Amino acid sequence: MLVGITLLLCYQLAGEALVLAFGLPLPGPVLGMLLLLLTLVLRESAVLATEAPAEALLGHLSLLFVPAGVGVMVHTQRLGGEWLPIAVALVVSTLLTLVAVALTMRQMVRWLGLGAGDHAGD
Amino acid sequence: MPVTDLGRIWVYLAASPLLWLSVTLLAYLLAHALYRRTGENPLLNPVAVAVALLIAVLVATDTAYATYFEGAQFVHFLLGPATVALAVPLYRQRGRLRRLWLPIAAAVVVGVGVAAVSAMVSAHLLGASVETMLSLAPKSVTAPVAMGISEKIGGLPSLTAVLVVATGILGAVTGTRLLGWCGVRDDAIRGIAMGVTSHGIGTARAFQVSPTMGAFSGLGMALSAFATALLVPWLVRMLGLGG
Repeated sequence: MLVGITLLLCYQLAGEALVLAFGLPLPGPVLGMLLLLLTLVLRESAVLATEAPAEALLGHLSLLFVPAGVGVMVHTQRLGGEWLPIAVALVVSTLLTLVAVALTMRQMVRWLGLGAGDHAGD
Repeated sequence: MPVTDLGRIWVYLAASPLLWLSVTLLAYLLAHALYRRTGENPLLNPVAVAVALLIAVLVATDTAYATYFEGAQFVHFLLGPATVALAVPLYRQRGRLRRLWLPIAAAVVVGVGVAAVSAMVSAHLLGASVETMLSLAPKSVTAPVAMGISEKIGGLPSLTAVLVVATGILGAVTGTRLLGWCGVRDDAIRGIAMGVTSHGIGTARAFQVSPTMGAFSGLGMALSAFATALLVPWLVRMLGLGG
């Protein structure tokens, strides 16, 4: 477990460092994830080490968003004044994005004849 | 115990990170238990309920958000390692990933564009300020990434964090049902849609549906963080906003 936690933190650190050093446009943790994925493909032993801490962190992923969510209390004034545009923008954009992503991917799967992309609803 | 002692204990504890860290975990556990108890009713999303509980406690005790965050930052910090940890479920899906990379890439680019433009345009039509519009633009990606982008394009990072959480909850609550109406039942496709739209909160929901949906949601979340960082600043310039 300790080896796995250390690996996760070191990959994040490496990601952040590379992003800063080369002025890359992507976030450090995302680069860290890509680097770890590459390592897992190359070295089976890294899979065993990171499995348990990954499961622990991802098992309650939504907990990690709670502190940011509580920040809503700081913005009550703006949210009070602009609640309608904000609420409509969030709802419209969330629903449109869900549908746009799903339909684009399904259409591409069909065009490319990758089959088994969708088992129902045709 | 005399009241003055209680007061002194409160003053001491309220200033230490331990108190608000513990309260955050307790609120989440309570919200999670409620969610389980009600047969995982998506309307009782654990993040939404935990946030509401915590705000009630903070208001009742007259505690500032900054004080609260001193303790809660330890939970917030774990978003970084959790993002890195997404490599593990992705690795397990590497076979399907290799097969589906092109449809996934196309879906992510479309999704990132639709998420940012539809949010900014609908907010603009209803008279939102430019600052609010810019804070909305990166709301579909995971919090640390979205806050970074928001700062770069002239939004308010802390407002973006709130909008990120709200988007996550909305997608998690409506996602599976909406996609069902559209006739989309494949777990890989549903997962990508959930992750691109609602980042980690959507991914948490996706993992409850199936490990495959969770893994693809994690992939969608990671790729859209990457694509949003590249595309949103450019989209904002195209719309003639900030910079």
